[in-house]
Amino acid sequence: MKILMAILARDLRLALRQGADSIMVVAFFIVTTTLFPFGVGPEANILARIASGVIWVSALLAAMLSLERVFQTDFEDGTLELLSLSPVPLELVVLGKVLAHWLTTGLPLIIAAPLMAVMLNMNSAGFGTLMLAMLVGTPALSLIGAIGAALILGARRGGVLVSVLVLPLYIPVLIFGAGAVEAALLGLPAGEHIQIMGAILLLTLALAPFAAARALRLAVE
Amino acid sequence: MHRFAKPSVFLKLASAVMPWAIGITVLTLAVGLYLALVVSPADYQQGDTVRIMYIHVPAAWMGLFCYVGMAICGAMSLIWKHPLADIAARATAPIGATFTALCLITGSLWGEPMWGTWWVWDARLTSMLILLFLYLGYMALVNAFDDPERGSKAGSALALVGVINVPIVKFSVDWWNTLHQPASVARMGGPSIDPSMLWPLFLIAVGFTGYYVIVLILRVRLELNERRIRALQLSGIGEDSPGNAQPAYNPEQAGAGK
Repeated sequence: MKILMAILARDLRLALRQGADSIMVVAFFIVTTTLFPFGVGPEANILARIASGVIWVSALLAAMLSLERVFQTDFEDGTLELLSLSPVPLELVVLGKVLAHWLTTGLPLIIAAPLMAVMLNMNSAGFGTLMLAMLVGTPALSLIGAIGAALILGARRGGVLVSVLVLPLYIPVLIFGAGAVEAALLGLPAGEHIQIMGAILLLTLALAPFAAARALRLAVE
Repeated sequence: MHRFAKPSVFLKLASAVMPWAIGITVLTLAVGLYLALVVSPADYQQGDTVRIMYIHVPAAWMGLFCYVGMAICGAMSLIWKHPLADIAARATAPIGATFTALCLITGSLWGEPMWGTWWVWDARLTSMLILLFLYLGYMALVNAFDDPERGSKAGSALALVGVINVPIVKFSVDWWNTLHQPASVARMGGPSIDPSMLWPLFLIAVGFTGYYVIVLILRVRLELNERRIRALQLSGIGEDSPGNAQPAYNPEQAGAGK
């Protein structure tokens, strides 16, 4: 636990001092979402209809955009090698880094999401569910993304590659995340969708640290 | 099983298997296609378009089968570090991707007259499309590293993660209410399909598997020969500056099987 906190604190401090990263993610999210009214036209009811999907897709892309830096800088300056040589289990390192990634990208996205929902004219009945679904869904995105981020270390064109690897695996979160909001908008209970997302989160929480740690070991070998 | 991981043993075995595989493939595909296109009855609702099934369904099976095979090879290469498992996994990916694409294309051609649309975002179709993306991602990842060894290892890990999609494809028609028809061959209580249609289906599936074996052997052989050439070239460089370049792959080992 202490080690986890130490890694988390280090990554958060780095993210804060280098600044801009979280803000850039949120800015990317807002800009991407803003593109849709230009693309499909500004009619309020069309935007309200597609709002939940647009917000989820933009959040997925924004979360993916920042994946590269989860391990890349540590890999380049050798920190990762030292961490893998230390007695600390690498799975714990992964977990700490994923948590830091989520705090610097997932959490700001959750805060920004209702703002975009308002701008896209979404019915206010869906706001609570949207934030709840994102609260359950975005940690799973960070966990799945960590596997992709670990796999591409040292690859050419890593940034493009990570999107091809990770986005297909993001689809279940997108389906149930958007489904939950749709259900809430129609006045139906969204509990099932949230529960399935919870199951996805638990499954990835149990498996992703091991898969990512395995990939990290391959990278520093 | 570990005995076969030695390239020389594999090459000997492959040469023995090859004529059989070619014979079985040609025979089953010829008989299967004749049964499928001429003998088997047209469906009373779908008419002759039902014959698309004889390509579509075996292609889908092969798409899944190749992915599982690729993942097993990946696991073997991670656990026992068999170089041959790496090569087999790499060689399987394009074959599986082609079968998956074939399944999607024939499905689309079948969907147009039957459902009135080329594509629906249905659970079975979408999970099959994801399978294709997983294949493409695997191939991109494997080739993205300067060190092929590293690429294979990363690819193996990805293949194992992606296995989660295989049961989703298989059971998508049971879990979700979909436009795609539910399982009718591999299901509890025996196939619900008439033997006159089941036989050609089965024969073509065997033929496709034989085709997979042939292409797999050819591709593995090609890769082994490429490595041999590279090793020979490296040893050629090594003679100029001794101790500089160790052959990464022992040429005698592969040569023994020739």
